[in-house]
Amino acid sequence: MAGNVWVIAEQWRGQLSEITYEVLALGKELATALGCDLQAVLLGHNVKPLAASLGKADSVLCLDHSALATPVAETFAQALMPIIRARSPQAILMPLTNVSLGVASLLAEELGIGCVNFCRDVRAVDGSLQTRSVLYGGKMEAIVKPAQRPAILGILPGVRPPDEGRTETVPPVEDVTVDVQESSSIRWKRYIEPEIGDVDISKQEVLVSVGRGLQSPDNVAVAAELAEALGGAVCGSRPVIDQGWLPLSRQVGKSGVVVKPKLYLAAGISGAPEHVEGMKNSELIIAINTDEQAPIFHVAQYGIAADVMDLLPALTEAVRSRKEVKSHA
Amino acid sequence: MPDPAAFNYFGVPGYSLLWLLTLISFLVFGRQVTRHVRVLAHARAENRWDQFGKRIGLVVTNVLGQRRLFDEPLIGTAHFVIFWAFIFYASTFFWSLFRGLVPAMAIPYPDEVAWITTSVQVIGVLAIVALCVAAVRRYIFTPVSLERSWDAAIILVLIALVLLSSLAGAGFRGLAATGGGSSRSVGGFLGGLFAYLGVSPAHAPTLYLAAWWIHMITVLGFLAYLPYSKHLHLLASPFSVFFASLQPSKMPPASEGASRLEEFTWRELFSGLACAECGRCDRACPSFDCGDPLSPKQLIHHVKELVLTPDSVSSNGKTFLGDVVRPEDIWACTTCASCMDRCPVFNEHIPLVMEMRRKLVSEGQVPPGLPEVLNNLARYGNSFGQSERKRAVWTQGLGFKPRDARKETVQWLWYLGEYACYHPGLQGITRSLARTLYAAKVDYGIVYESERNSGNDVRRVGEEGLFELLRQKNTATLQQAHFDGLFTTDPHVYNTFKNEYPELNHGRHPIRHYTELLATLFDHGELKASHKLPYRVTYHDPCYLGRYNGVYDAPRRVLQAIGVELAEMPRSRRQSFCCGGGGGRIWMEEAGQVHSRPSESRVREAASLDGVRYLVVTCPKDYVMFTDALKTTGLEGKLLVKDIAELVEEAVAA
Amino acid sequence: MKIIVVLKMVPDVVEELEVAADGKTLDSEFLRLIANELDAQALEEALLLKEKYTGTVTVVSLDAPEVDDALFTALAKGADQAFKIADGSGALSTRAGTYRLAQVLSTIQGLLPADLILTGAQANDDLDGLTAPLISHLLRLPQLGIVTKVSVDTAAGVATVLREFPGGVRGEYEIKLPAVLGIQAAEKPPRYVPVAKVLAAMKSQAIQSVPAPPVADNGGSLQIEEMAKPEVTEHAQMLRGSPEEIADQLCEILAARGLV
Repeated sequence: MAGNVWVIAEQWRGQLSEITYEVLALGKELATALGCDLQAVLLGHNVKPLAASLGKADSVLCLDHSALATPVAETFAQALMPIIRARSPQAILMPLTNVSLGVASLLAEELGIGCVNFCRDVRAVDGSLQTRSVLYGGKMEAIVKPAQRPAILGILPGVRPPDEGRTETVPPVEDVTVDVQESSSIRWKRYIEPEIGDVDISKQEVLVSVGRGLQSPDNVAVAAELAEALGGAVCGSRPVIDQGWLPLSRQVGKSGVVVKPKLYLAAGISGAPEHVEGMKNSELIIAINTDEQAPIFHVAQYGIAADVMDLLPALTEAVRSRKEVKSHA
Repeated sequence: MPDPAAFNYFGVPGYSLLWLLTLISFLVFGRQVTRHVRVLAHARAENRWDQFGKRIGLVVTNVLGQRRLFDEPLIGTAHFVIFWAFIFYASTFFWSLFRGLVPAMAIPYPDEVAWITTSVQVIGVLAIVALCVAAVRRYIFTPVSLERSWDAAIILVLIALVLLSSLAGAGFRGLAATGGGSSRSVGGFLGGLFAYLGVSPAHAPTLYLAAWWIHMITVLGFLAYLPYSKHLHLLASPFSVFFASLQPSKMPPASEGASRLEEFTWRELFSGLACAECGRCDRACPSFDCGDPLSPKQLIHHVKELVLTPDSVSSNGKTFLGDVVRPEDIWACTTCASCMDRCPVFNEHIPLVMEMRRKLVSEGQVPPGLPEVLNNLARYGNSFGQSERKRAVWTQGLGFKPRDARKETVQWLWYLGEYACYHPGLQGITRSLARTLYAAKVDYGIVYESERNSGNDVRRVGEEGLFELLRQKNTATLQQAHFDGLFTTDPHVYNTFKNEYPELNHGRHPIRHYTELLATLFDHGELKASHKLPYRVTYHDPCYLGRYNGVYDAPRRVLQAIGVELAEMPRSRRQSFCCGGGGGRIWMEEAGQVHSRPSESRVREAASLDGVRYLVVTCPKDYVMFTDALKTTGLEGKLLVKDIAELVEEAVAA
Repeated sequence: MKIIVVLKMVPDVVEELEVAADGKTLDSEFLRLIANELDAQALEEALLLKEKYTGTVTVVSLDAPEVDDALFTALAKGADQAFKIADGSGALSTRAGTYRLAQVLSTIQGLLPADLILTGAQANDDLDGLTAPLISHLLRLPQLGIVTKVSVDTAAGVATVLREFPGGVRGEYEIKLPAVLGIQAAEKPPRYVPVAKVLAAMKSQAIQSVPAPPVADNGGSLQIEEMAKPEVTEHAQMLRGSPEEIADQLCEILAARGLV
């Protein structure tokens, strides 16, 4: 009998990442299609309570060990090796984020096989798996049939809506003995928090986000005015933070904050995948960019092909006068 | 009157005193001049002996004629007078000196010759008036960047002393001659004045001697002091004009850049010696005007100090380029050439900037934003980082396909330049011109994806290696294409193709700016305005079209042909004020604390003209810079930027 | 300090990418390759470390179109040696390429052991694995990825690195040398090297060409069924008009959702 589908649950600093639920939803689909069980694998230290949220899976394998307290890819791979050999899953779905980057590759090498990265979708076709993997910054997709068992698949964020992976059901949890040692070569020291900005952008309902299309740091103030008029805050894509136009706490994207505001206004942002990862679940996305071909227009609901600096002041004006009318009405 | 040289002063004959003083003066003078020459001899060679006749002509117009000084008419007139007074006085001085040193010679002193004395006196008075004008300007109505230095004060005093002593001498001569003076000459008048003041005619000869010696000693002292002071420019400027740059592109000869004295050419260093620190370059500079760290005058001053005291920098453990001249000063230059255009002694600010930029680039020290642009230019042939294959995307929506000059023979090859092709705000203008020329049945073609950046601005940021690469590629493309003449919409392309691509056969392939082509078409009736446009407009002369290449009239002829009313801005033609985008600045971030950008200053100037609706431009960078400036100054409702092609299309449309 | 930088040529996405007739690979007609952006960051980090701690930087790459440009540029920037491994089959497999590379590294005299092996944290074609973990496994060295800062205690043989986590959080680790690091960003933007210097490097220095090793365990190949441009699913509804008109339209949209 073919083995189960495993989802490696990603937890970080005591919380399950959003992507875990996305991958669980996908895993459930695949397990059902392949006629096997879905098991969630939870690694960490003192993480057992988190297992209760993983009810989408039929059962949870909990690997709790002090050596797994902080993310070191080698240690995680080592911890997984014996149970994979013992239990022979047919597929292992690994989230691809800054937390677990590298684990899939290492694990695959330990097992002597390859992995399939950058999956934005996985389907079961005639009893075998097929991935759609993103290549070349999103310009191409490859359809890949993993040839080896287990199929180790690196899953990109956004593969399924996270709510599809959540459930009230509490799954059975199996404690698995972990035979692993802290790495002798890599020693964890500490986390360095970003400077606490005055604003936590992940809690804002409205975000006006700026990218390189803004052309000059002086123009950030224009975006800030609009944000203020709308009752929100300014944030930005990585290049803008790298250039020092905004502090690190305002960075949206793969290495920054993942946001889901009611309104995300992307001004002068091209829509690179690393940025889109951080905002694509926003309720309403409006994009402004002079380049009509910019990828951001595939993510946004409304788009304007115009110069940001032409539009933002006009929009601020319009919003302000509307609010004035309302307050007098 | 006694002969000052033959007179015995306590047993010593005058001429031996004179010989002594003259020798001292000449030695002191010669020592410093020799030092300067030696320093220059250690610098890089540069040939400035070509086109002898043309150079003499420059000297006549600009040294004898003082032409550039008349840009500021009042001081120009005053300086003209002072200059010629100086020449005259110098001549009479040497005559006096010669006669004084060789008393046995049977020639009169100059002040014994009637027409000379009259001229000396008249010129002297005029000069004193001119000096007063100059002093008032310098000390009361001080122009920007003109310093009230001790040096200048000393020189003014010395000159005044020279003139006054000469006039006084004439006065004492008059007093002695007539006893009471006469009104027939200045000397006579002064003689009368002295008499009135109670000076006895008996003392006149002694006072005359005193005046003579004061005069000679002052001048000898001035001569000795000259090479140590800012008035070195008196000696150096005729040479700096003679050795001026005769080529329009204002680039230094091939080099890997300069940061130490011996790496600059002797002419680049000479600018330091010829500089009179008048500040005209600062007053003309758009970067200086808006608060950028660049001061062209300071730059030349640093070079002067480097030449005068070569060891002062290195002995302090400092570097010339880095500590004395800061890189941000160098990067702030837009290469608009206003400084060089105004400099009365033809100093060469831009080559200095270019040499230092080359050095900074060779060390990889380029300002932020530039590495990406340069890498894009090297890899994709355009600064936008877009694929070469997208260069002709602008042709979509034309309704016809422009001819391909790589495959068929055309009369005119239209070299567009990257902004016209890639910039979303400009593609409409490019199409506009394409349609106009097509409708007028002008035989033109383009080279589609084979176009690369012409390299003008690449050169100006100091990346000579990349320029070479681009030039080779473009030359090959053009040599393989089939065309008679070439025109371009970008003055930067125009400048470099015309002046820096020697392998283009310029006899066979004339290079034109599109306004020159349009003007010709209107002249020959191939383009006709179907109706005159009822607009009042103003026109901005692009730096690389106007100051660099002297094309001022063609665009104005086009504007005339389409019937618009042209109101000139105060700073037009040669005085046109740069948009701030040249010299690679459009690729860089702003430096320092700018209180306004040059483009903003310029659009305000345009908006200040009554009833002017359009600011007409003929350069894509101007269009981009001014459009942005209208937004940042809030003048969008008042003024619009239009490329001349847009107005032409409107005028000829049926 | 001995530093090796592993550089990979990847498709330049500035160009339009097309699928070849076989439906599985990229059409090579207008394809251009460029050094992986994060490998360029790794090179810069290596050069900065060399400047700080003295040592040598060796750049190694699989042969591919335009790799000479990248390697000569690296030499002009200050790398000491450059190797290219001939006969890169060009198949889309980071695994196969890295296997070949790892095999060759041990055959080049004097190259291993190195103190640090740096490469980009990932590349846009890493379909079957990431270079840094692969090398670390093959050479049995510890590795850390997504690194943004490196400092070295040469005496103790240990590097302290910062690694990126989500939300702008960074983690500090100590890693024993020799080690493999996947670089996300160098401490300074990659330096500019003038064209003249690169041309000079082409004349005065050589890229050493290493023949392909015999095909041993090449890590297995990836089975690509099909390559295609992504299906353009949604596209935003585009609003047009003057800035004022658009601003009004947007206000309507926002008002409908109670945002204004």
